[in-house]
Amino acid sequence: MLIRTTASRSALGKVFIRGAIAMLLGGAVMANAANELRFCLRLDPKTFNPLLVEEESSGDIRYLTGGVLIRLNRYTKELEGELATRWKVSENGRRIDFELRRGVHFSDGTPFTCQDVAYTMRQVMDPALHSPVGDSFRSAPGAVQTQCTGPSSAMLRFPGPVAALASQFDQVAILSASSPRKEAAVLGPFELGEYKPGEYVLLRRNPNYWKRDANGHPLPYLDSIRLEIQQNRELELLRFRRGELDLIDKLDPEMFDRLSAEMPHAVMDAGPSLDWETVFFNQVQNSPLPEYKRRWFQSTDFRRAISEAIRRADIVRIVYHGHARVAVGPVSVANHFWLNPALQPSSGLDTTALAQLQRAGFRRSGSALVDSAGHKVEFSMISNAGNKLHERTLALIQQDLARLGIQLNVVTLDFPSLIERISRSFNYESVLMSWTNIDLDPSGQMNVWLSSAANHQWNPNQKTPATAWEAEVDQLMLAQNASQDPNQRKAYFEKVQQIVAEQAPMLFLVNPNALSAVGPNLKNAAPAVLTPRTYWNAERLQVGANLVSRR
Amino acid sequence: MNKRGVMNLFGTMALKQQIALAVLAAAVAASLGAGWITHHSYAEQSREFIGAPPSAQFWLGTDELGRDRFARLLYGTRVSLLLAPAAALLSTLIAGLIGGAAGYLGGRWERVVTGSVDLFLSLPWLFLLLAVRALLPLNTSPVTSVAITFLLLGCLGWAGPARIIRAGARTLVNSDYLVLASACGIPRWRLFWRHLLPNLRPILLAQFWISVPLFILSEANLGLLGLGVAEPLPSWGALLRELENYSAVLQNPWILAPAVLLVIVVGCLQLVLRTEESAPC
Repeated sequence: MLIRTTASRSALGKVFIRGAIAMLLGGAVMANAANELRFCLRLDPKTFNPLLVEEESSGDIRYLTGGVLIRLNRYTKELEGELATRWKVSENGRRIDFELRRGVHFSDGTPFTCQDVAYTMRQVMDPALHSPVGDSFRSAPGAVQTQCTGPSSAMLRFPGPVAALASQFDQVAILSASSPRKEAAVLGPFELGEYKPGEYVLLRRNPNYWKRDANGHPLPYLDSIRLEIQQNRELELLRFRRGELDLIDKLDPEMFDRLSAEMPHAVMDAGPSLDWETVFFNQVQNSPLPEYKRRWFQSTDFRRAISEAIRRADIVRIVYHGHARVAVGPVSVANHFWLNPALQPSSGLDTTALAQLQRAGFRRSGSALVDSAGHKVEFSMISNAGNKLHERTLALIQQDLARLGIQLNVVTLDFPSLIERISRSFNYESVLMSWTNIDLDPSGQMNVWLSSAANHQWNPNQKTPATAWEAEVDQLMLAQNASQDPNQRKAYFEKVQQIVAEQAPMLFLVNPNALSAVGPNLKNAAPAVLTPRTYWNAERLQVGANLVSRR
Repeated sequence: MNKRGVMNLFGTMALKQQIALAVLAAAVAASLGAGWITHHSYAEQSREFIGAPPSAQFWLGTDELGRDRFARLLYGTRVSLLLAPAAALLSTLIAGLIGGAAGYLGGRWERVVTGSVDLFLSLPWLFLLLAVRALLPLNTSPVTSVAITFLLLGCLGWAGPARIIRAGARTLVNSDYLVLASACGIPRWRLFWRHLLPNLRPILLAQFWISVPLFILSEANLGLLGLGVAEPLPSWGALLRELENYSAVLQNPWILAPAVLLVIVVGCLQLVLRTEESAPC
């Protein structure tokens, strides 16, 4: 699944094996040591309901608190049974049978049963709830069938085949059907302890967590996790250097360079991530934009011209200090299997861009560009305030477009205002936005490419596809999601990538590298490529005793 | 203190004031004449000279996007130094009218204004500004955005001065000359405009001078949040953001230039203010 973020994240590439030995020895340490892990969230979580997660902070909370049937191990990239001890996919990807773990209880003591699995999946697939998690399971219209086939077994049958069905359950945190605490009752290693908006989220150890280490000690080792809301990355870095924070899950390139000079053993660059830095234009039909501007943004030639004009190599060199790769489409260059090798990055040539603009009826009038009706081409691009990478990228784009005679007005907004504009009021013209991709599989992008999806951001929640190419992408995405043949799926998704490159609904700028830092006192940390990168094994992390005493 | 001592002190104060005024005038002149002093544009990106040190070509080096720091400092000074007084003038005028009227009219008007001022001062300013800025139209040019930013500061900064002016007006209302004027049958509006407001001038002037550095710093704070002046237009707030990177400051001390200039200008304004306060009415 793709979620909107305030900055770049995650990566593929060589995985650093730090802490592997400590991980093996981890069981020897007393499980009830008074230790607290501390790191930062960029923003307040928008929701604590795991089924409604669509941004990064809420996703982090869901990962740490939600119990899932199957977990994708971020380190080995293998699926592992969690609440399901066994599972079997059948009927060409339409049906999945789970053997559930016995004797598991929610954090409030409510027993975990197959009814909880059925309840959760009905919620996920409920059209009224608009759960972003549900998009990955929607390969055909219709409702999901749920059935308890035994005291500890469940069967789910979907209306159509779902590709990589088992891996989709990594995002589905099981809710209790009977607990009075609703989504506050969790099955993950931690539960929500305290939340002070703008300050911190405190997660406490789930006393009923089912997992134990190899020596029989109950997990997690940590007593609590304090997620401090900190938008200022300089302060985050300063606190990490002082030892007040144990990890930084994502580092800015500039900070990475500084920290690597001072603490070379604490930082890791895992190469290009799966994440996107994108620009998109408002194509919503009933948005409060002047009609002539909507026509610009709905023009493929206009969007492609803008894409051609942006010099991505400069963004990589100047903004990311080389810690990024030029993006060619919705698949990161790190995702070798699914990447369409025929795609080429945009030229960055003004002549190509101007030729495309002329095809769309634009012309130069003095130093300005005007459309066929004589309107001067001027539009705004919004992004979230306080993100230096975005601010610098915007400044570069501004100058790139100025060469064509386009006046770009840069506006930075606080993140809630930005989300309000792009998701509800649609009162914006274009956006620069980061996306975190937490899945190698293209089915994880269903929530973006389906025209009916909420994250089909340039024109979301369409009842019927607004354009022929969107209808084709819908069909291809559903087809790849339904197919069980990897090569057939690859062919479908390569076609999607080709259409996206031709139509340019989103301008893919760069895939930032996965940069992270882990403090020397954090034990059992083994940074991985997929997100969350540094605390994917939070239940086995420990904070060193000397640090605890210092705190 | 004997007469000579007083003269010496006066001489010293006058000299300080003269120096402060000269420095301020020089800063304003340099910012207005930026186009003559440097041939670089504040927006021009020399992408092959990223983070360059000071040189004959770039007197204060270039920033992280290859823009000439010196040009940006001059143009940023123009923005901050010209618009902050304008915002201060606006807020002082609003404060003068509201505070003066409340003090003059007294009774329920005074209570309403006092309550409103208390309420206004208790508002979380930062969030209010963030919210107001977020509600403004997006498609505004950088010049318009800077005007809006300072207009907002001016419109929202009246409450503190209004409280002081109200107290001053209240004192004046009970003075003999206003009682006499009132007894002579002079209309109330004339009393307010011709007799009360002119006598509030020292307070208004002091509030104006206090507000100028306050608004410069407020814009700098908004700039630190990325909510002040829009790119590519520079302001002191935008320039000061570079100082967040403390290790860069140690390696490239010339990036402290905007902070040094801000300290000098605010210091000079304070000196002028002190002289204004001590001047006889």
